[in-house]
Amino acid sequence: MKKTPRHLLWLIIGLTILAIFINLPKISNIHFANKTFNFDPNSIFSTLKINKVLTFREGLDLKGGTSLVLQANMKNISSAQKTAALNSAKTIIENRVNLFGVSEPLVQTSVANNNDYRIIVEIPGLTDVNQIRNLIGTTAQLTFWEEVASSSATSPAMINANGVRLKQTNLTGSDISQTNVSFSQNNGKPEVQLVFTSAGAKKFAEITQRLVGKRLAIVLDNQIIEAPTVNQAILGGNAVIEGGFTTDTATQLSTELNAGALPVPLSILSSSIIEPTLGSTSLVKSLLAGALGFIIIVIFMTVLYGRLGVIASVALTLYTLFVLGLFKLSSITPYGITLTLSGIAGFILSIGMAVDANILIFERMKEELRQGKPRAVAIELGFSRAWTSIRDSNISTLITSFVLYMFGTGMVKGFALVLAIGVLISMFSAIVVTRTFLRLIYK
Amino acid sequence: MNIIGKKYWYFLFSLIIIIPGIFSLLFYGLNLSVEFTGGSNLTFGFPKQVSSKEIKQISTIFTQNKIKIQNISMSGNQVFIKSGPVDQKQDLIITQAVKNSLGNFQQQSYETIGPTIGGETLRNAIYALIVASFLIVLYITWSFRSVPKPTSSLRFGVCAIIALIHDILVLLGLFSIFGHFLGVEMDSLFVTAALTVIGFSVHDTIVVFDRIRENLKRVGGENFSEVVNNSILQTLDRSLNTSLTVVLVLVAMLLFGGDSIRWFVVALLIGVISGTYSSVFNASPLLVVWQDLIQKRKK
Repeated sequence: MKKTPRHLLWLIIGLTILAIFINLPKISNIHFANKTFNFDPNSIFSTLKINKVLTFREGLDLKGGTSLVLQANMKNISSAQKTAALNSAKTIIENRVNLFGVSEPLVQTSVANNNDYRIIVEIPGLTDVNQIRNLIGTTAQLTFWEEVASSSATSPAMINANGVRLKQTNLTGSDISQTNVSFSQNNGKPEVQLVFTSAGAKKFAEITQRLVGKRLAIVLDNQIIEAPTVNQAILGGNAVIEGGFTTDTATQLSTELNAGALPVPLSILSSSIIEPTLGSTSLVKSLLAGALGFIIIVIFMTVLYGRLGVIASVALTLYTLFVLGLFKLSSITPYGITLTLSGIAGFILSIGMAVDANILIFERMKEELRQGKPRAVAIELGFSRAWTSIRDSNISTLITSFVLYMFGTGMVKGFALVLAIGVLISMFSAIVVTRTFLRLIYK
Repeated sequence: MNIIGKKYWYFLFSLIIIIPGIFSLLFYGLNLSVEFTGGSNLTFGFPKQVSSKEIKQISTIFTQNKIKIQNISMSGNQVFIKSGPVDQKQDLIITQAVKNSLGNFQQQSYETIGPTIGGETLRNAIYALIVASFLIVLYITWSFRSVPKPTSSLRFGVCAIIALIHDILVLLGLFSIFGHFLGVEMDSLFVTAALTVIGFSVHDTIVVFDRIRENLKRVGGENFSEVVNNSILQTLDRSLNTSLTVVLVLVAMLLFGGDSIRWFVVALLIGVISGTYSSVFNASPLLVVWQDLIQKRKK
């Protein structure tokens, strides 16, 4: 470890600039020296043509909203199709949630105790009890509608985007036994395959016979999801929808059709309207308390350890920047970290541990100095002797957070993840950042 | 300063805090929120102040629908009901019945948690605690394997976990008392605070143990209790400084943070103070007690 600290210093400076850049909020219309400045860290993504936005993801407990756990009743579903049915039910819920137009709703599936199929829904901002009921009030309805002459006044009728008049047929989701994604034998393109029950096959044959050259619309929850033209009568009970799909869109359609074919009744296992714990006024208060806490740490460390304390405070500031930067950066990856109150608790604990690492090192240095060792030796000994306790205490914290992450449910998981990230970065901050600063200053 | 010499006084002090808590846990239990017990929280907003007679009418409606009310309270125009689980159908029936007898009102919140979910959260947290304790004992036993005889590294792991259990008992006991006398509910925030305390407790204990390990390697394990005493004294500054920093930050949060996190911060404060105390005055002295017991048996 006798490398020149200069490389490390450049690394630290580079990371700091990056972290500051990521953490900066959007700034617009700043007037300075007769010029107007605009700044947005996200502009780099738009320049690079990446459709991502860096933001802190706030959990429901910070933002407020509705959280639901739905139980899927799988009594009538064969065990082979349970997962498909659950995914289809999830798609339906997603579609209905999207109708509310809120940002960042979360819909997840979970299988508990091997046999409890659940859908977890989190809708930020929405707190109306009745809207929640509508969300799961009905099981998905899949129906087929045929094109009719635009002059005929049949009802119930529906008009699709191209102005085609449609009439409901007697064919429904219960007539479908199965849907899959397959690949066309002619051109290898993805297509969606429907297999009808024997009753369904009969109805489907009748309908396609009279609809050759016309459209047959597939309607889910009163929304047209696809309206292919019937090319020829289909008598065999197997239909294929080709429509220039990609594999993704074909899978999406198949899942939606399954939702109608495998209707899963849902019931609410738990539902809660979460008042934002830190609602806007008290968020300001808590931020103030956080800032105050930080100032207290800085003063305390400076009083106790003088110049060393100042260095530790700088290291701690960088630590906070790194952790926050990582949180914000994670929002553009598939593994976004959501900030919740429990996550913030984990963050506070990790700050405590970062401070502790500095205190351990400084106390040890003081001791070595008291024994009359030269300063440079005392610094190195302080680090190497304090290292074993920093290592062991942090590894046990990592063990705890790992176990909590494995076993815990939502809130506990969030806490564990933030704690683990915080501990890892705090080790880096104490051992690399503080040490490099000290070596440079006392060289 | 001789901490080891007065060790039984320090154990006694811990017991004075823990025993009332244990009695409270046995007699009053924990005031769990519906998040864990399963049940419903409903808020009704009326156009005008509600009388106690009307509150009684609401209770009767719940009883008629075979739903047990645990608590019903009001503040201004709002009525808060904590009850057994109310499903959506029952909620519709009840709100209709309340409308019929008391006139129009708004259901402002509806929160219901099935007993399965509530139980799961608590059960998973407890499983996690047991598994984590076991793994920490394993890790410490491995990491302290170089401590010289006559002591053994397994004892370090076990004593760290005893200190951890001490801190959890202090926290649970005090919150059981708070729950009974002040109506403080144990909710998911409390679980978070408890997890934080667990992390802090083990962290703190290991720092002291690390010093004992280092000193044992240097001077050997002949005069064990003296080595432990010296190690505690050498790390005392650090223990006090670290927990003082954290305590100061928490006090700032207590004074200036919002109401909603008040009890969360109180739980953290209790846990941090208890964690520091137990790592200095319980975990390390226990190592000495263990050592003495084994030596007595040999004689």
